[in-house]
Parts: sequence; C-alpha cells; structure tokens
Amino acid sequence: MSVSDGGQVLTLAGHLPILPVVVPFMAAPLVVVLGARRLAWPIAFAASLSALAVSVALLLQVLEGGGVSYHIGGWAPPLGIEYRIDAASALMLVLISGLSTTVLPFARRSLAHELEARRHMLFYAAWLLCVSGLMGMVASGDAFNIFVFLEISSLSTYALVASGAGRDRRALTAAYDYLIMGTIGATFFVIGIGFLYAATGTLNMAELAVIIGENGTDRTIQTAFAFIVVGMGLKVAVYPLHLWLPGAYTHAPSVVSAFLAGTATKAAVYVLLRFMFTVFRPEYLFEVRALEVIMLPLALVAMFAASVIAIFQRNLKRMLAYSSIAQIGYILLGIGFLSQTGLAAAVIHLFNHGITKAALFMGVGALLLRADTPFHDRIVGLGRRMPLTGFAMVIAGLSLIGVPGTAGFVSKWLLVQAALEKGWWPFALAVVGSSLLAVIYVWRMIEVLYLQEPEEGGRAEAPLSMLVPLWTVTAATVYFGLATGLTLGAAQSAAEGLMSGFIPVAGEGGGG
Amino acid sequence: MDWSYILGHMNYWLFTVMMMTGLYIVIARGNLVKKIVGLNIFQTAVFMFYISIGKVSGGTVPIFPTDMEIDPEVTYSNPLPHVLILTAIVVGIATTSLALALVVRIHEEYDTIEEDDILEIETRIAREENRAHGGAMGGRA
Repeated sequence: MSVSDGGQVLTLAGHLPILPVVVPFMAAPLVVVLGARRLAWPIAFAASLSALAVSVALLLQVLEGGGVSYHIGGWAPPLGIEYRIDAASALMLVLISGLSTTVLPFARRSLAHELEARRHMLFYAAWLLCVSGLMGMVASGDAFNIFVFLEISSLSTYALVASGAGRDRRALTAAYDYLIMGTIGATFFVIGIGFLYAATGTLNMAELAVIIGENGTDRTIQTAFAFIVVGMGLKVAVYPLHLWLPGAYTHAPSVVSAFLAGTATKAAVYVLLRFMFTVFRPEYLFEVRALEVIMLPLALVAMFAASVIAIFQRNLKRMLAYSSIAQIGYILLGIGFLSQTGLAAAVIHLFNHGITKAALFMGVGALLLRADTPFHDRIVGLGRRMPLTGFAMVIAGLSLIGVPGTAGFVSKWLLVQAALEKGWWPFALAVVGSSLLAVIYVWRMIEVLYLQEPEEGGRAEAPLSMLVPLWTVTAATVYFGLATGLTLGAAQSAAEGLMSGFIPVAGEGGGG
Repeated sequence: MDWSYILGHMNYWLFTVMMMTGLYIVIARGNLVKKIVGLNIFQTAVFMFYISIGKVSGGTVPIFPTDMEIDPEVTYSNPLPHVLILTAIVVGIATTSLALALVVRIHEEYDTIEEDDILEIETRIAREENRAHGGAMGGRA
C-alpha cells in the first residue's frame, strides 16, 4: 500500500479504512497458495478477526470524530478512488466482519458434515473473497469501485452456494439462477453508473452528489436512478426480484446461509441507501415520489406474501429464507417513509435482522448435524434432545417476531414510531399484522422442536464449537434488545447523515 | 424527432437494441449455455455504451507524447471509460467462466442442460420430498 496524502499520517492508523477490505482479500489467495488444508481455517479466522478489530476501531473513531476519508494510493479524489467511512458504513463493516468471525468457528464442524474435506480449502478462500467484497462495497466512495466489489462478493457467493451440491444437486441450479439474476442486476447497476458518468463526468459519490445537487436532474440522471434502483433491488431481493433467494439459501451449506442472510442482502441495501440518499439526495426522492409509489407497496407485499409463504413451508431452511424476504420488506418500509426515524429503523433493522437470522441459520446447521435434513418431520422433538440449540433458536425466533427484550423489538418499535410520526397508522398496523404472521411460523418451528416426541436413537447436543458461536450471536440479539445505546446511536447518526445528504468528513466537522 | 436526432444518437440506439437482444436471449432461451451467450451479449452492449461515451469528437488516441510536451491544440478522447471497461471485461470473463463451470457440474448431475428437463427433474424431487416429509403438516415442502 502506498503513501496516502490529504493530511493522513503514514502510520497503520492512517490506513485503517482500507485494512478491513485488504486483509481478507490478501488472505484468500494465501489460503490457496499455501495449499495446506489445516492452515485454511486458521488463516481465514485470523483475517476475519483482524478485519473485525479494525472495523470496531473505525466505528469508535467515527462515532467520536466524524467520518474518515481515505485516498487509495495517495491519489486524491475525484481522480483517485476514495474510501469514505461514516457511521452507517462503520456499523455495516462491524456487522459483516463480526458475523464472519462468529460464524467461522461454527463452520468447522458444520462443514465437516456438509462438505467433502477436499473442498474446504477453496471454500475458505471463496469465503474470504466474499467478506472482502462485501466490506469493499460498504467502504468505497467510488461508484465504479462499488460495482467491482459487488461482483467480487457475488462471484464468490455463487461458488459458496454451489458448494452445497454434495448434499443436494439443486444447489447447482440455485447457484446458476442466482448467477444469471445477480449478473443482470449488477449490469443494470453499471448501466446506471454509466449514465451518471455521462451526465456528470465523475464517479466519486460525494462529487456526484454535489453536481446533482447544483445542476438538478435531467432525463439521463433519472434513467440512471431507475437502473441503479432496479439493479440493486435484484441483489437486495426486493419482492418481485427475490426469486433467486429461497433456492440459494435453502441449498447452500448452513454456514453460507447464516453468513449470507446476515450480510449479503444487507450490504446491497446499504449501497441502495447510499445512492438514494447521498447521491440523489432526499429532495429528489420527494420530487419523483418513487419510494411512495413503488417501494412502499412492494415492501408491504413482501411483508405479507413472503410471511404467508413461509408459514406453509415444511423445510425449516426454506421457511427462514422466505422470512428473510419478509424482513427485507420491513427495511424497505423504513426507507420508504423517507423520514429520519424511518431511516434509523431501516438501518437498525439491517443490523438486528442480520444477527437474528444468522443465529437461526446456525441453529439449523446444528440440527442438520444430528438430523441430516431440515424437513420438519425429521427434526421433531430435537429441541428436547438438543436443549441448548433449541433454546437459542427460540430466542432468535422471538427476536424475529419482535418480542420486547430482543433486538427485533427495537427495530420494529422504531418502525411503528416512524409510521405514526407520519400519521400513517395503517402502516403501523401492517407492521404489527405481519409480525403476527411471524408468530405463526416461529410457533411452527417451536412446535416441531418441542411439542412432539423425538425419534428414538442417540441424538445428542451439538458440539461446543457450534454452541459457542450460536450462543454468541443469540446473546447479541438479547444484548442489543436491552442495551440499545450503541446500535440506536449509530443508526440515528447514520440516518441523520443520510438525510442531510452529505457524508461528514473529519476536518470538515459534522455530526458523524 | 428528426433524422439528425436519430443518427446523432446512433450509439445509443445500437446499445439499446443489442442490450435488449441479450436480455431477451437470457429470458427466452431454455438452454443454459445459450443463456450465458445472451448474458455476454447483454454485458458487451454495456461495454460498447461506455466506450462510445468516451469519444470526444475530433479527439485522438489518449496517449501523451514521450517527451510529455503536450500540445494544447490536440484534443484527446476520454480514456477513463476505457479503463473502467477493461475492469468490467475482466469481471465479465470471470462471470462467464464461473457460469460455464456451473453448467458443466449441472450436466454431470442432471445429465441435461435444458431448463425444461431440469425443472421436470426438480419437480419430481420436490414431489418425492412432499411424499416423504409431507405428513407432518400441511403445505408444500
């Protein structure tokens, strides 16, 4: 890494913004080049852990002193690529690296069961690339750079999903479908960026925002907005564009589902937020009313339709996948309110749903270790045989519903508050109504796990290496449900930053 | 809308036609390899769009003379879109190769690369799963 300018010092601390992206990125080829099966996991874990440490340091730095701007290779923007870290992106960096670090210890036993040993090394390499791509999407402040990182994370994701083929060949077709739809989405995104570049002559997002703010919008920029929203919408799995998601989450190895459900769609939502609010400005969004007319109805459909479909699934993993689509509906609803509270609700639900869903998918992974299939009739009564796994899943399930005392409650409370603030009480009722549907499918899970006699046979509790990560994430859902200071503070300052339409940078001051 | 308008935006027309051709192939063809071909056409259309917007009328190749004495009279084309597309082409190749690798694996497992046949096989698997695991509760597996 070269010297950076812009008043940045030549110390490691000055390079903090790039480290969480570069460390996993360099570790991925290292895993393959070393070629030692035993080294793969330790390298992956070390890289992920150091990315987490740096992300936490960044978050603290940002919450204290406003945003950070980093110029790659010392080339000043707008010519060079710029990384911009503010409260929203720092929170996302912590979520992505944190989930990766927690899920990886779980992966050892889970993968040993679900994937042939000879593929493990490549699996970890793809995992690291995926982490690096997601971190880059969040950290980068350059529109085209985001596309490149999006593709890095997507391509490795397709490979990770396809690695479920050893257990079920449908993983291959799921990965293929995901690849086709994901590539169409990414190409739409890049068309949008092309239009933006043609209209403004820059790719730096901060400068794009300034130019669009000064010159207003024309037909080209409106087209760019449409292409970017639809393209990212495919990656986010906005309701009618969600078709890749159930297959991918159902047939991927459990660790992959746990990681992707918590991070991949969330990073895409983050990019969508960045473009909608930082680049196009809230005033423009008010003007075109795109969110009210398109986003809100789709969010509502997702919340109800996907929840209803989830109720009728007999495959626990597929049920959780449909529930993810419904939860993305909540996030879009928060965005669609176009108010500071709504945005804060969306950002905090990104985080809270991320950890909740990761816990649930990890629980499924633990069940799979003993039951071999995630079908309801094969896991009956397993909650009694595996009390610790079962209890963790119940708590995470309660967080999915939004029971007070869990993380899910905080975000739904904020969402209802945002609806009432606008005076749109039917939306508040819709949030409650959709949560009631969640009660039904979570109850089905509890019923299957506890209320029936387990099958005969020696089925024991999951090993400790799975229970510790599972309970770490489950404890986090409770912790962030009770001690809301950190997440709420970060979400609110993120929403503030997004609504004001400009990312505050250290030196220029700002609320950060 | 007159002729000069239509001809003046030739690159956009070509880009749109090519893009839609590619997208149509992706959606309409049932053969998995043909879908990838369509995807490639779709992506290439975007590459051509980028490169065409880098054209400055009267501009020459954006290479500075070796003595770096730049004549202000000379206009250069904008090299940035070309550089971007170089990256995008690499991404496109990676996508294509991964997709083809997946098709090879699908062929190994399903013995076909026709979407209809694969769907039929998957429907059968789902039906068997329904029969095996359906007793527990209503609904489809």
